[in-house]
Amino acid sequence: MRVNFTVNGRQQEADDVWEGESLLYVLRERMGLPGSKNACEQGECGSCTVRLDGVPVCACLVAAGQVEGREVVTVEGLADFAKQRAEHGGCASGACGTPLQEAQRWRADPAKGAMDSGTGEVGGGNPDATLSPIQQAFIDAGAVQCGFCTPGLLIAADEMLEHNPQPTDADIREALSGNLCRCTGYEKILDAVRLAAARQDRQGLQEGAV
Amino acid sequence: MGSTRTTGVPTKLTQGSQTKGGIGESTLRPDGTLKVTGEFAYSSDMWHEDMLWGQTLRSTVAHAEIVSIDTSEALAQSGVYAVLTYDDLPAEMKKYGLELQDTPVLAHGKVRHHGEPVALVAADHPETARRAAAKIKIEYRELPLVTDEASATAPGAVLVHEGRDDEYIKHVPHPNIVHRQPIIRGDADEAAKKADVVVRGEYTFGMQDQAFLGPESGLAVPAEDGGVDLYVATQWLHSDLEQIAPVLGLPEEKVRMTLSGVGGAFGGREDISMQIHACLLALRTGKPVKIVYNRFESFFGHVHRHPAKLYYEHGATRDGKLTHMRCRIVLDGGAYASASPAVVGNASSLSVGPYVIDDVDIEAIALYTNNPPCGAMRGFGAVQACFAYEAQMDKLAAKLGMDPVELRQLNAMEQGTLLPTGQVVDSPAPVAEILRRVKSRPLPPERQWESSEGADVRQLPGGLSNTTHGEGVVRGVGYAVGIKNVGFSEGFDDYSTAKVRMEVINGEPVATVHTAMAEVGQGGVTVHAQIARTELGVTQVTIHPADTQVGSAGSSSASRQTYVTGGAVKNSCELVREKVLELGRRKFGTYHPAWATAELRLEGGKVVTDGGEVLGDLVDVLEDESVEVEAEWRHRPTEPFDLRTGQGNGHVQYSFAAHRAVVEVDTELGLVKVIELACAQDVGKALNPLSVLGQIQGGTTQGLGVAVMEEIIVDPKTAKVKNPSFTDYLIPTILDTPTIPVDVLELADEHAPYGLRGIGEAPTLSSTPAVLAAIRNATGLELNRTPVRPEHLTGTA
Repeated sequence: MRVNFTVNGRQQEADDVWEGESLLYVLRERMGLPGSKNACEQGECGSCTVRLDGVPVCACLVAAGQVEGREVVTVEGLADFAKQRAEHGGCASGACGTPLQEAQRWRADPAKGAMDSGTGEVGGGNPDATLSPIQQAFIDAGAVQCGFCTPGLLIAADEMLEHNPQPTDADIREALSGNLCRCTGYEKILDAVRLAAARQDRQGLQEGAV
Repeated sequence: MGSTRTTGVPTKLTQGSQTKGGIGESTLRPDGTLKVTGEFAYSSDMWHEDMLWGQTLRSTVAHAEIVSIDTSEALAQSGVYAVLTYDDLPAEMKKYGLELQDTPVLAHGKVRHHGEPVALVAADHPETARRAAAKIKIEYRELPLVTDEASATAPGAVLVHEGRDDEYIKHVPHPNIVHRQPIIRGDADEAAKKADVVVRGEYTFGMQDQAFLGPESGLAVPAEDGGVDLYVATQWLHSDLEQIAPVLGLPEEKVRMTLSGVGGAFGGREDISMQIHACLLALRTGKPVKIVYNRFESFFGHVHRHPAKLYYEHGATRDGKLTHMRCRIVLDGGAYASASPAVVGNASSLSVGPYVIDDVDIEAIALYTNNPPCGAMRGFGAVQACFAYEAQMDKLAAKLGMDPVELRQLNAMEQGTLLPTGQVVDSPAPVAEILRRVKSRPLPPERQWESSEGADVRQLPGGLSNTTHGEGVVRGVGYAVGIKNVGFSEGFDDYSTAKVRMEVINGEPVATVHTAMAEVGQGGVTVHAQIARTELGVTQVTIHPADTQVGSAGSSSASRQTYVTGGAVKNSCELVREKVLELGRRKFGTYHPAWATAELRLEGGKVVTDGGEVLGDLVDVLEDESVEVEAEWRHRPTEPFDLRTGQGNGHVQYSFAAHRAVVEVDTELGLVKVIELACAQDVGKALNPLSVLGQIQGGTTQGLGVAVMEEIIVDPKTAKVKNPSFTDYLIPTILDTPTIPVDVLELADEHAPYGLRGIGEAPTLSSTPAVLAAIRNATGLELNRTPVRPEHLTGTA
């Protein structure tokens, strides 16, 4: 079958989709967007969390056909999504654009070159990358180890901060309880979300003062 | 490979305190941005034009003869390119294994455990491959099962492996025992006479899964030269290579491995999983083949932590001095050996814990059974022992009427203590101090779930299930401490290799570090860049992808990579530095006498004297030359343990952590909420303090998991796994995990690079017994098994 849907703001068309394929499979194997992860493929770990019409869902539990005509945001589009939300005062619909070429520049390349090591300053690696506040906070707080849970956690945490900008620790734990992490013991993930909330708060105060 | 080995003696230097981003700073991960944008390419993200999907067919029974295999219907499916069984294996060598080559690439004649690979399919879509695999017809004739020590060693017991000819068969008492390591020191019988109190216990440790999130996966691409390029997630590229090449019938240089992104490991990637299978399918079909396990298959695709039965006896005088210890540790290795021999060595040599006991009688064995194969997992034999000896310490303290922490401190080992193996602990061992630190920390407030708005159920046992508002909830506090060896022990040649290059790029000096170290999330790549900055005085460091084009780095396990590959990077940097200074002397030595007379260091991109005078820019010294060194580096040698007495200098370094657990238990429903899990650990030197905390908190949480929730349940009647999913095998969520305050000590080990200590595993040891101790403290129950389930707390087991 053919599925038409919007991914990171760009209209997409997936051909020859077998009816049993999940949204996760189509994103990873047909769209060249492997950022959403395949840790359990049974809806238990949250590593494949994406926004579907604004709602965080496990992409592994969504049949590809179900996204016909709908809007999906993945971790690859999170930075732009957050940027446009900040500029336009929220974009919960999920229709916050990433051009196709950009959306596909993450296609995994087995012959990927060397990693540039940062100097420890904000941003770590690629100095050109524009990150959303939650992405930057995950790096700064040391919330990333193996990183396999990270994309799902970023989508979930970003969504929580969208409707609850000043969460308590109990709020954070509740909002992220569907996302398993095996490396960190979650302490640095809590730090990262607190950090993103505090920076957002500070930015809000500064804007309010202007 | 054009490697350069040098023997030059480095100039005496006081190197590196001034360069930004060096060791001791919490620099950020070089792969952080890639990982938060979804750009980081994990092994399951690999993609190649025209690639096929591989699928493994696994046995549905635990122990059976294979009467027949019929692949014809599977082969006839549209979209199927190949179906392989044992008969299709191309080389003489058809087995592999970490320590013993006892594991068939595909089952031959019989299967020995549930989920053993029997056949492979390659097809153009993963679902086509799955459906074709389901059409392979296998007829089994079931055999009697070996599931525990009794059935393994009973007269006439069926042998899991017939005709063993490995090095261990000579000294084991039964062919269903992989390895046995006794340790005898002093005279336990005589010393027992001095004991005023004796405590005995029989303990059970459940089977834990590493549960790394990134499933086993990779891509094999056939090459024009008849070889294969393999992109895969592993812990040790070169060990994989040594096992893969012979069964493919290829020389090692024709199997080129590159590490792809690794989604966690924790021991579970030390063994081969899909590597050989993907290569076989790629070579057979001439097309790239990707294999990605789903979570169900992942539970069968790697070894687990050995479940264990542990029998302990401790004696003490009335004033609390330990007199003797006897113990027997029975580890279930399952159907194939994997790392069982080394796990036995660890379990026995660390079975006394971090305590001084002169008279001991120790025996550890690993069984061959028809249960799932078990091997490496974080803590590696020391975890099971720590659970038991710490339970014994609490039992002993109760019997003596002593404080459990004081009893531990009274008997705590320290630098200079003699281990039961006769080895001297020759670096700091602050066991009493880390216990003091966790104990002196203020306790979290009582009834913290209570507020003016009523009970916050999220902070109570049962959580959002809303099972209590505080009724029936009692609090308990428990302590534990452990000892873990660092690095490979028992005489293993534990080395690593680093290639370091220095050159000028875009007008700036840049160092490139190339090792085969598997970055599995621990942050080795971060630390390598820090070491290069410290040693070479540069800002820009490039970390080359890990592959087999450079010498072995050894395994990312045994808490060893920062020590050993970190040591190798440091060593190669020192050799590069010496060459750079030679170059400087040749070019500029005549202009300034200090080139010949002063102690020199590299700092901020310059050559500087110990007095701080700048002699020149690295850019001018190097110009268009690049200086490169590839060199091996090894830690102090160790010795094997004597097979009868267990004596020998078997370990190179130790790591110590202590925990205090605070729990609240709903005694009516048997639900446990861990409120806080405080840790103190000596790390020698924190090369990256932020990463150190991440390791300690992550390790602590895996220990918590096996205390209250994580267990692979194997049906004793069928030896089949009952819960291979994240629905039924539970790992801690953010709601299950408490605050983990950490106290880091830095007492340098003078034998190790920068004084550092391997840190990854120690926190996994003491976390579990501390939680168990706290639950015992809350409930008054004896609790001799882990994990604890609700029925163990409510008396309904």
